[in-house]
Amino acid sequence: MSNGRYRGAWKTCSPFSSVTTSKDLPQPSPLKLRSDWPFFIGLSVLSAVYVLLILAMLAADLTFTTPHHLMAALRSPDIQFSIRLSLLSCSLTTILSLCVAVPIGYLMSRFPFPGKKLVDAILDIPIVLPPLVIGLSLLILFQTPPGKAIERILPFTYAVPGVVLAQFAVACAFAVRTMLVTFDQISPRREHVALTLGCNRSGAFWRIALPEARRGLLTAATLAWARSLGEFGPILIFSGATRMRTEVLPTTVFLELSVGNIEAAVAVSLLMIVAALFVLTIARTFGLRAPLERVL
Amino acid sequence: MIAVEHLSVSQGAFALRDVTFSVPTATYAVLMGRTGTGKTTLLEAIAGLRPLHEGRVLLSGRDITREKPAGRGIGYVPQDGALFGTMTVRDNLGFSLEVRHCPRNFITARVDELSELLGIRPLLGRLAQGLSGGEAQRVALGRALAFHPSVLLLDEPLSALDEETRTEMVALLKSVREHARVTVLHVSHRISDAERLADLVFVLRDGAVQVQP
Repeated sequence: MSNGRYRGAWKTCSPFSSVTTSKDLPQPSPLKLRSDWPFFIGLSVLSAVYVLLILAMLAADLTFTTPHHLMAALRSPDIQFSIRLSLLSCSLTTILSLCVAVPIGYLMSRFPFPGKKLVDAILDIPIVLPPLVIGLSLLILFQTPPGKAIERILPFTYAVPGVVLAQFAVACAFAVRTMLVTFDQISPRREHVALTLGCNRSGAFWRIALPEARRGLLTAATLAWARSLGEFGPILIFSGATRMRTEVLPTTVFLELSVGNIEAAVAVSLLMIVAALFVLTIARTFGLRAPLERVL
Repeated sequence: MIAVEHLSVSQGAFALRDVTFSVPTATYAVLMGRTGTGKTTLLEAIAGLRPLHEGRVLLSGRDITREKPAGRGIGYVPQDGALFGTMTVRDNLGFSLEVRHCPRNFITARVDELSELLGIRPLLGRLAQGLSGGEAQRVALGRALAFHPSVLLLDEPLSALDEETRTEMVALLKSVREHARVTVLHVSHRISDAERLADLVFVLRDGAVQVQP
């Protein structure tokens, strides 16, 4: 066999004569190219199922209601109050969330400190906790002596400040995560150069890091606003569902459903869908996509 | 004059130990060394951006080891330029003067002077983030020179440039050396940079700096 003759000759002259090479083994059959179509079809079908589910839900809401129902809902004093409180509380929550998320995000991204991993894990707790548990935890917190002391100055439980606090407890975690990713994506080298040019740490933050993080800021703000708008569980437990007092849009949907007024519930839901789509468009157009995708 | 005495600094698993060398005033020194030998770490330590384990850094006889980067009066040009992308070239050039609350007309005059020296006058109104590699290096150099530092640290300023731009930058660095009367420590891994620019050549090898004859 010619192959054997070749193998023998190689073994005699090679310094690695004891090594078995691939040439010694039976050769594999030629590569059989398979079509990529089944793979792409599989991907497309599975993706389409979820995208269609989202679109079908929106279409169902749209077809269930009429402009008449929508206008009737908008004319209702209860719902008008709920819209006003939602807009006010979500805006306040967004501002408060940014005030906290920016320093936490910058601190966590730039500086090492003992217990950093633990703090990082703690910051994720509001994201993974069931919303009802957050509401219950807030309720219990304000039954403790320090909580009662705060309540004597500014009542939170079953009051409007409680609505903001309940929204903040959850929405801020998303803003923090967004700002952390944002600062992680910005190289600290520019801030280092600013330090050599005469800035202190604070100057480097305000003049360099924060302007660089503007897209992340916008994403964090829109995300916090959208999360606040949809918050229901913690508000229900901590602030109650009292009409014309602590009623926000998700509470309205719940109250209208509970009395069988499905048309009004759907009309208010549509308002929230429009607001959410508006915020999503802003975030996608002007904000960072990466943090939004990672956080969501 | 830059004097580094028994400096020890670490970066992750990598460490420089007992590094000693000095660069006389108004000398252009090139520090050679292969990639990963700690050239950038050494520059950052001199600039005050990296804490030292041991040793001292002296500038014209003054011990600046414990000084903050802002107080050292060292112009630093990192390898990628690290321009402030949200600002115009004009604002980048005038940044250190603005931080020092210099009068507006003084900043304008200094920015004009630097843009003339570096040949970047047409770029003044442009945002820094859209510049080419050569343009960015010129702006980074101008930004570091703006506050008249006595020492300039250059981290591989020619490494990412094409041959033509590199030749232009070498001419520019020679011109800066003549005009600015500044002590320069230029880090590079190319012998050609040292041949074209250096008054004094150091080699960083196995964590120690030696003078190249």
